[in-house]
This record gives sequence, C-alpha cells and structure tokens, in this order.
Amino acid sequence: MKELNSMRLEFPSRSANEGFARAAVAAFASQLDMTLTELGDVKTAVSEAVTNCIVHAYPDMIGTVHMRVRIVDPETLEIQVKDKGRGIEDVERAREPLFTTGGEDRSGMGFTIMESFMDEVKVRSKPGVGTAVTMRKKIEKRRPVR
Amino acid sequence: MKLTSTQNGGKLTLAIAGELDHHEARALCVEMEERIEEVLPRDCVLDLKELRFMDSSGIAVILKVYKHMNALGGRLTVRNVPDQPLRVLDASGIDRMIEITAGEPD
Repeated sequence: MKELNSMRLEFPSRSANEGFARAAVAAFASQLDMTLTELGDVKTAVSEAVTNCIVHAYPDMIGTVHMRVRIVDPETLEIQVKDKGRGIEDVERAREPLFTTGGEDRSGMGFTIMESFMDEVKVRSKPGVGTAVTMRKKIEKRRPVR
Repeated sequence: MKLTSTQNGGKLTLAIAGELDHHEARALCVEMEERIEEVLPRDCVLDLKELRFMDSSGIAVILKVYKHMNALGGRLTVRNVPDQPLRVLDASGIDRMIEITAGEPD
C-alpha cells in the first residue's frame, strides 16, 4: 500500500489527552473527503484505543502513548495506537464484547466498537512489553492528496 | 461537559452537554447519582440533545444510572440522541434494556 501522507503524535497517558487525540486525528483526516458519520466513527475508535492505553496499559503510572496516522492508497485511513505498557495476556478474550478488567466504570465494549466502526482492527500485544492496535477504514469518496 | 437538571413532579430530566469520554465519566456519574438521590424520581430522562461526542465510557455511565433507577423502582429513558452517540449505543446493544429515542431530524 502506497503512503500518501502521514503524521505521528506522542503524549503522556493522561485522560485529558483523550479529547486531544480525537481532535488531532480528525484534523489530519479532514484532508480526506469523509462524511460526518465516517469522521464520527474514526473519532470513536481513536477514543477507545487511547482510553485502553490510559486505563489498561499504564494503570498505575503515566506512560507514553504513540500514534501514527497514515493515508494510504487506495482510499484508506490507517491509525496505529501503541504503548509500552503492561500488555494483554489474552487478546482474544480482551476483544470479546463485555469482557473487561476495568470494573463497573468500564463497559467492556471498547474493542467491539473499534471493530464495528473500522474495517480492520489488528492487535499485537506482549505481556510486560506493550500493545499495538492498528485500525484501517476505507473512505468512500476522496479528494486527491497533493 | 455540563449537566443541567430539571425536576417536574416525580420526573427528573438530566441534560448532558459536551463530550462524554473516560476523562469526564467519573465526575459526571457522581453528579448524576447525587441528583437522583436528592430527588428520588419515578422517571429519569437523560436528554442527550447537546451531547457532541460519546464513546463506550458513556455506555458504562448510562448502565450505572439505569441500575440506580431500577434499584429505586423507577424508570430510565434516553432521549434526543444525536447520530454519533446513537451509533455507539446501537453497537452496544443497550437498547434492548433501555428505551432510547434518536434526535429529531433538523
């Protein structure tokens, strides 16, 4: 897949940055001709992935959240959210609807929402090393990137 | 994030404005639970007309209020839900338990 444009972002895992991450990705993605619904889906998926880093990857500390956003040919927005946190023991289980280790403050629907709002969600994780979530969404109509 | 509450007899309307994510969820939850405890309503309405964004943190918040209202023997309805929060609620399947109505078209 040919890369047409990209950006990288890193920030401390403070919850105030959840809104910042959504807004930053939305601003970068505005060069694509996205519908409001597509943009809402992307912001929601970003919010879920970043919240997972803050709540689960770095539960008792402030770590760094790394994001990479790419526009790739043909007509795809790719978002990677990576941490060097605790990692996930059982990725398959973590992806199940309603599964959470976060108590009743969390719904356990984060991965389910990422999966239903994006076309592809890949999760790589190693306990004690970290987690990388890579999501892709095909954008139907697109202005050419110059 | 802003919460406005209006009481009318046994009915408590809680209107949420702004963006509801993990950062905002806990404080909002505490505030809503306090209002419910003060009023002890028969009917609680969450008005989401001014909610610009919600992620799965909002599902946990709504479920908490739903359980609270159930424990009081009351009822919860969610009204005027804009498109983005509605897609999140739909994906969660929460509409099987709670009455949810979409925002009126402009």
